[in-house]
Amino acid sequence: MSAFGAALKRELLVLWRSPAEMINPLFFFVMVISLFPLAISPKPEVLAVIAPGVLWVAALLAVMLSLDGLFRRDQESGVLELLLTAPVMAVVPVTAKLLAHWLLTGLPLVLVSPVLAHMLQLPNAVLGTVMLSLLLGTPALTIIGAIGAALTVGLNRGGILLAVLVLPLYIPVLIFGAGVIRAAAEGGAVNGILAILGALLALTASLGPLAVSAGLKISSGN
Amino acid sequence: MVWQTIKRWYHMLGSPRYFYTFSSLVLPWLTPIALVTLLTGLVWGLGFAPSDYQQGNSYRIIFIHVPASSGALMGYMALGVAGLVAVVWRMKMAEVMLKAIAPFGAALAAISLVTGALWGKPTWGTYWQWDARMTSMLILLFMYVGVIALQNVIRDPRQAARAAGLLAMVGVINVIIVKYSVEWVQTLHQGSTLKLFGESTINPAMKYPLLISMLGLWLLYAVNVLMRARTEVMWRERRSKWVAKLVTRPEKGER
Repeated sequence: MSAFGAALKRELLVLWRSPAEMINPLFFFVMVISLFPLAISPKPEVLAVIAPGVLWVAALLAVMLSLDGLFRRDQESGVLELLLTAPVMAVVPVTAKLLAHWLLTGLPLVLVSPVLAHMLQLPNAVLGTVMLSLLLGTPALTIIGAIGAALTVGLNRGGILLAVLVLPLYIPVLIFGAGVIRAAAEGGAVNGILAILGALLALTASLGPLAVSAGLKISSGN
Repeated sequence: MVWQTIKRWYHMLGSPRYFYTFSSLVLPWLTPIALVTLLTGLVWGLGFAPSDYQQGNSYRIIFIHVPASSGALMGYMALGVAGLVAVVWRMKMAEVMLKAIAPFGAALAAISLVTGALWGKPTWGTYWQWDARMTSMLILLFMYVGVIALQNVIRDPRQAARAAGLLAMVGVINVIIVKYSVEWVQTLHQGSTLKLFGESTINPAMKYPLLISMLGLWLLYAVNVLMRARTEVMWRERRSKWVAKLVTRPEKGER
């Protein structure tokens, strides 16, 4: 557990000292969302219909784009090799890295989401569901995306390839994440759908780090 | 006993050289059988099966649509199994198979989507609908594209195959989840009319040509995989003696 703690502390420190990596996904999220009222229609009744999907697609893209450089710096500086050859199982530092990354890039999205949901004319009663759906969904997105990032770490044209690999894998989370907000806006029951989102998170959080470390081992040729 | 035989086969077919000789023996038989079966199924289905009492003759595209869909789905499952073997046991032939299975499967997924759209127009009045099965097939096509793209980008063939294998394994889990999650959204597609267990809801006069064309297409898929795997084996083993010998002086029975 001390290895996990040390790794978590290191990752948080590294991310904290390069604030652009935390702030850019957040601004991307806000900017993409503000494009939709301008492009489609600023009418409240139109916005309220598209809001769940817009919020979720924007969050999904923000998380995915933030992951492109997840392992690159570690690979360039040689830290990755050390992590994979260290006497701890690779899953431990990988999990710490994912947690740190989510805390500093995913969690801010969750925190600003009620403001954006309000700007998209969603009723106030739904804002809690918006936050809860993103709270359960964004960690799953981070973990699934990290599998793609691990497989493409050694390649210099990561960006678009990462999207091609990862977007199909995001679809279940997207469906239930946007679905629960829609259900809440229509006044339907949300607990069941939130439970499915939680189940997806449990599945990705338990198996995902294993797949990520396997991917890193493949990419580094071990 | 059965287990022992399977184990022996696994190890024998795991050797690229043995696989090459074995496939040389199988292909001259399997290719004509596959073509004849597929043609029989298609001619029977398209020409002689009775027309549907509701859909008329337009339903006949089922004889292409259903075999292609099932082939695409099975192909991805096979990709996942090959991926598991390649990542866990690092078996060379599984890596070759990963490369051989993907292109035909992607083509079948595309065929399934196109024939489905053409079938949808006369029956549902629209080419495209975001219904559960169509969406799953579209996502299956995307995932085939991902596996192929990843293989093409990584230079080292062994590393490329293992990376694609891991992606295919994750993809298989995803296919299953996607199937249930899009069903939750909405469904328009008719249910399966062919059931392995229990009573099929399809007329036997339509069922047999459908089963035959399905079998024919699966065999053709197998032929395609074997042929692609042979080229890949030759390329990977190009520095070995047996390939050099094969290329310079073809043995009898080798193709």
